[in-house]
Amino acid sequence: MLAFKDFRSRELAKRALEVIEKLSAGESFTFMHVCGTHEQTITKHGLRSLLPENIKLIAGPGCPVCVTPASDVDAAVALAEDGKVVLTYGDALRVPGSELSLAQVKAKGGEVRVVYSIREAIKLAKAEPEKEFVFFSIGLDTTAPSIAAEVARGLPANLSILNALRLTVPVMELLLGMGDLHFEGYLAPGHVSAIIGARAYEVIPKAYGMPVVISGFEPLDVLLSIAMLIKQVKEGEARVENEYTRAVSCEGNVIAQELVSRVFDVATVQWRGIGRVPFSGLKLREEYAEWDARERYDLKESRGVDIRPGCSCHLVIIGKLSPQECGMFRSACTPAKPYGPCMVSQEGTCNVAYRYSQQEV
Amino acid sequence: MCLAIPGVVKEIRGNIAVVDYGGVVKEADISLLKSVEVGDYVIVHVGYAITKLTESEAKESIATWKEALERLAGF
Repeated sequence: MLAFKDFRSRELAKRALEVIEKLSAGESFTFMHVCGTHEQTITKHGLRSLLPENIKLIAGPGCPVCVTPASDVDAAVALAEDGKVVLTYGDALRVPGSELSLAQVKAKGGEVRVVYSIREAIKLAKAEPEKEFVFFSIGLDTTAPSIAAEVARGLPANLSILNALRLTVPVMELLLGMGDLHFEGYLAPGHVSAIIGARAYEVIPKAYGMPVVISGFEPLDVLLSIAMLIKQVKEGEARVENEYTRAVSCEGNVIAQELVSRVFDVATVQWRGIGRVPFSGLKLREEYAEWDARERYDLKESRGVDIRPGCSCHLVIIGKLSPQECGMFRSACTPAKPYGPCMVSQEGTCNVAYRYSQQEV
Repeated sequence: MCLAIPGVVKEIRGNIAVVDYGGVVKEADISLLKSVEVGDYVIVHVGYAITKLTESEAKESIATWKEALERLAGF
């Protein structure tokens, strides 16, 4: 097997921290990542407490379940209430809609099933041709090619897609345009990048002067990426660098990119807690509209309740507030009884913080 | 959600590979990759291999990593 244990070497981590300390001496740096898996690495391995105090890491909108708006969940709930079999990933089950989550509609007798992939959804639909199945498709650039591949091959007639796929780069751009978020560089998500390629981020240094380093998911990957970001900032440079070269190329996965653009159009969509983000979502192209659940069942976009009173997810999602700064964290909002979407998914910033960070006493 | 796991390809049947993730064996669709052979390491996300990495590349990446770090240390 691959020598993954080398990626967990204490000695190397210690050296990386020394280098970061030396490079960053006398200055403060804040970096944002936009990936739930990065948040897991950072929190699980205690990187925030290992890093010198002048380095701050903030979590941006990297959890697709968290940013899926209530209106999309409402549509899935309505379909389950109407007798369709709704299939989705486990993480999406408890995301709150305006009134109900899919888990709640299931408890009330709706047929909602968890699947691991679109392939499984196809198998289920083929096994029960008398039933109508809808796949609630949540995810980012990494997940889109799997859906595109199957739609391009043709889905069973009794299966349609309720699509909620979103794109990472447009929301990274949006955050830079907000003006009141201050950070010096982006840690870009490794597996999104395996698909879209390093070149997809070029707009960020070019248009916004913001350094980008694509990072892998081992603690050492993150530490080296931080050191690379500090160096760019200190040199007064802004470019895209790739730390995760073992999995990410400059051009990305071209087969996947071609499939995604063959099957989907880019659309302006709602992000929970953020609002409508220009050209940040995917919509099935007209030639594939027969498999679009919105077309098939004539679903209207509702105005969903994205953030319930008292919830701070809209601030946590964009890195303005840490979970611990929310008055509901650990009290009115826990993974067992989540109040807001950031506590639901295993990749939600609040859920990760609950599981891995020290409880203050 | 973009969690993706590396595993080694044990068998290939058309578009489907049997992938071993350190003991857990599952099928993955390999149609998103140009060419995959038995023994290749792939990174799999929601049942689809999204990128390939070879053992030597991963080993080299530790060496590259050390080198990059020391270059930064000298900056």
